[in-house]
Amino acid sequence: MQAVVEHSPAPGASARKGKGAGFLLLFPAVLILLVWSLVPLGMTLWYSLLNYNLVDPTLHGFAGFSNYWYLLTDPDFLHSLLNTFILVAGVLVISVGGGTLLAVLYDQEFFGRGIARVLVISPFFIMPTVSALLWKNLMLHPIYGVYSAMMRAVGLTPIDWLAQFPLLTVMMIVAWEWLPFAVLILLTAVQSLDSEQKEAARMDGAGPIAQFRHIILPHLGRAISVVVMIETIYLLTIFAEISVTTAGGPGVASTNLAYLIYSRALLQFDVGGGSAGGVVAIIIANIVAVFLVRSVARNLEV
Amino acid sequence: MALKTKRSTRIAVTLLGWGIALWLFFPIFWMILTGFKSEVEAVSTPPKLVFMPTLSSYAEVFERASYWHFTFNTVIVSVGATVGALLLAIPAAYSMAFMPSKRTRGTLLWMLSTRMLPPVGVLVPIYLLARNTHLLDTRTGLGIVDMLTNLPIIVWMLFTFFREVPAPILEAGRMDGATRWQEMTMVLLPLALPGIASTALLSLILCWNEAFWSLNLTSSNAAPLTAFIASFSSPEGLFFGKLSAASTLAVAPILVFGWISQKQLVRGLTFGAVK
Repeated sequence: MQAVVEHSPAPGASARKGKGAGFLLLFPAVLILLVWSLVPLGMTLWYSLLNYNLVDPTLHGFAGFSNYWYLLTDPDFLHSLLNTFILVAGVLVISVGGGTLLAVLYDQEFFGRGIARVLVISPFFIMPTVSALLWKNLMLHPIYGVYSAMMRAVGLTPIDWLAQFPLLTVMMIVAWEWLPFAVLILLTAVQSLDSEQKEAARMDGAGPIAQFRHIILPHLGRAISVVVMIETIYLLTIFAEISVTTAGGPGVASTNLAYLIYSRALLQFDVGGGSAGGVVAIIIANIVAVFLVRSVARNLEV
Repeated sequence: MALKTKRSTRIAVTLLGWGIALWLFFPIFWMILTGFKSEVEAVSTPPKLVFMPTLSSYAEVFERASYWHFTFNTVIVSVGATVGALLLAIPAAYSMAFMPSKRTRGTLLWMLSTRMLPPVGVLVPIYLLARNTHLLDTRTGLGIVDMLTNLPIIVWMLFTFFREVPAPILEAGRMDGATRWQEMTMVLLPLALPGIASTALLSLILCWNEAFWSLNLTSSNAAPLTAFIASFSSPEGLFFGKLSAASTLAVAPILVFGWISQKQLVRGLTFGAVK
């Protein structure tokens, strides 16, 4: 008994020392992230309650919720919210649906599969401004674009895609960037599927569709949910693709929430209004983030 | 009979696999091709697949001294942000992987959640902070923002790599009298070097392709390649040859990095949820 009491402080002290060192090593990263996440957030909240315009110094003072009121009753805001939703949903359907099918396709063995896979995932590594201009000019330009030439070759009139279907075209460009991401992640998940399990199903006489529905799809469930959530976070703030192709237009036809906030704050210098939009964006993203964090947490063994 | 069906399926799979791959890759292929055309041939109708290759577009891009300026900015910002993030993240990941406390789990998830803050939500304060501290349109300002944006991903990815290093090896080092510093630099780092390298690669890719902050926080002095390419959205973009040559140069390194490190990228991009 005596011995236990005597000896017990030693491991306790070393553990505390370890804890101190662990804390010190962790501290800089935590502190800097804490500042990075809280200070701008607080500032956005604060600005959103102010009358604050960068070019109009006469406009100042506390605004209460008038920035929000002004924003929420603005048809452009509602339109941009709808566009944001259409963009996110459209790209998700294309990339996750297509990604799942392509993951299964590129899991099959065929000649030159390795090279084909590399080609498929390549668009994900192209910087957003390049992919946007590549599509806008080289592919879809109504006169010089390759797609227009193809349409003329089969006797159709080329379409000025970005003028006539701005939102749909932006969606296609963004889907071209994110489909490869979904393929990359889902292919990795498909490959981790036990081949014995697939073999057993085949032995039991399961056709390709039954195998897909009852073995592959359930196995992919978590990976799909991760892809959906990560893409959603990025897709909520699509900016560069819109900025270099349509600049949100014509009118607000292709303006999403991110582009609206940008134009309010940095083109019209309305800090208060832009910040109120920012708060709305943060709230929407947080709803998604809760699900993502929960899903990752389930997988985290600490 | 069964063999025949199998064979025809295989042919169908091959055709489909290659068809889709070529279709998705076509815009990139066409961009590379157009970079080697003269401006006249680049806008010929119908577009030419066979032509006399020329380096004139590349020569023009290189002649504009500003091209090197933008590349220099991208390299400095990407490397700077990556090194900075690694210096902060390696001790943090080491601490959480080998000295876990009951708060480690919460800390990791909190870091993940900071990554979920949409950049556009804090555009206004970051822009004003950068302006007031004279960091607007500077490489330092953009580098700091890139570093902070990617820090959570980097900590996470390092954490998943460090956890694969068997703790007994580190303990053996400690038994031999190694200090924490020696343990980290002389035992852990060499063992985890491949993981650190792929983390650095992911960070470089993300910084190199970052467009939101580049477009909003820089204009000319510190503008990286993403912003430089965006300047082609003006009528100047109708010089297809130059646009293609400049774009090809801007994406080539990252395309190669991406091809090399696909597998590790999956882990980083999904926070270890898919391996």
